[in-house]
Amino acid sequence: MSMPTPIVQRVNRRPFVQRVLDAVPEALVVTGLGSPTFDVFAAGDRATNFYLWGAMGGAVPVGLGLALAQPERSVVVVTGDGEMLMGIGSLASAAVQAPKNLTIVVLDNGHFGETGMQPSHTSFGTDLSAIAAGAGISRSFRVGSLDCVPKLIDVIRSRSATTFCQVLVEPEELPRTLPPRDGIYVKERFRAALGFQPF
Amino acid sequence: MAERIWQKTVFAALKRADVKQIAYVPDAGHAYTIKAATSDPGIRHIVLTTEEEGVGIALGAWLGGQRAAVLMQSSGVGNCINMFSLLENCRFPFLAIVTMRGEWAEFNPWQSPMGRRTQAALDLMGLRVYRADAESEVEDVMSAATDSAFLAGEPVAVILGQALIGRKNWSGE
Repeated sequence: MSMPTPIVQRVNRRPFVQRVLDAVPEALVVTGLGSPTFDVFAAGDRATNFYLWGAMGGAVPVGLGLALAQPERSVVVVTGDGEMLMGIGSLASAAVQAPKNLTIVVLDNGHFGETGMQPSHTSFGTDLSAIAAGAGISRSFRVGSLDCVPKLIDVIRSRSATTFCQVLVEPEELPRTLPPRDGIYVKERFRAALGFQPF
Repeated sequence: MAERIWQKTVFAALKRADVKQIAYVPDAGHAYTIKAATSDPGIRHIVLTTEEEGVGIALGAWLGGQRAAVLMQSSGVGNCINMFSLLENCRFPFLAIVTMRGEWAEFNPWQSPMGRRTQAALDLMGLRVYRADAESEVEDVMSAATDSAFLAGEPVAVILGQALIGRKNWSGE
């Protein structure tokens, strides 16, 4: 199946992620495997970043459980189109809970970047922000430039509604920046930053 | 279906263990726990589209300082396999309550392939498995399971056998 590709504005992923996260140092961040994990690490390692290196489809569920447990903190899930598609039903589960402090940012390059840049469904017409709206997420929008960064920062800071932000990004291949992949270490570091002891 | 004593025992054990998030794909055997969680202001009840979401939610809850439990039917264990990798990679307290289908007086053969392999799949992915087949076993099993999960920090599944849950009524009445 081929569809005409409309001309769309796309942004470079690293500067976008950098600008957003620089403005919300207090946010708790969960990353989806692959490039988003590397983008968030490249923007600056923090104890309150939780990096997934696997469990594809799990980024929104992890962010949802965290957002429900920490309602006074902004929680940001940063993932990609492929990871989001594998866990697409989790948008409906998040919509039912509707934690006001949860923002889901999908860096949509239309490709499975870590496996050889095969086109994903979003290159053929699947519309993630429409799916999120259809799942019942009250605030869902699509952006494709740095001009939209202030709006997203306001959304994250305000903790006023579960939000889905689809970010159209260039399908560029960037140097990998590798955060720790010891999940136990990253988990303990994260919990310690919130003041929790090991059990 | 009127709730039975063991169903109240399951919920009471979760409450006693200070579980704050109960995520579930419904099953008749879990109906009481879901209903009780829904009316308990101290517990968040989270309906899932697929059981694997529950594994991620339990990790997120733990990152945020809360205990979670995931309720599923035996078929849901198959849906969770890859997501169970979180249990080994991140080592956090995890408790699943699994109601069995496809093993005892089962009318529907489509339940059998996963039902026959539910425990093996849990074993394969490294969970500690407890099992109750009689009403008299449920209290001890739930107490042991919540200790293993939340005191020892283990990944734990409790299997509630189909003989305990009872025959499903297929008569349409």
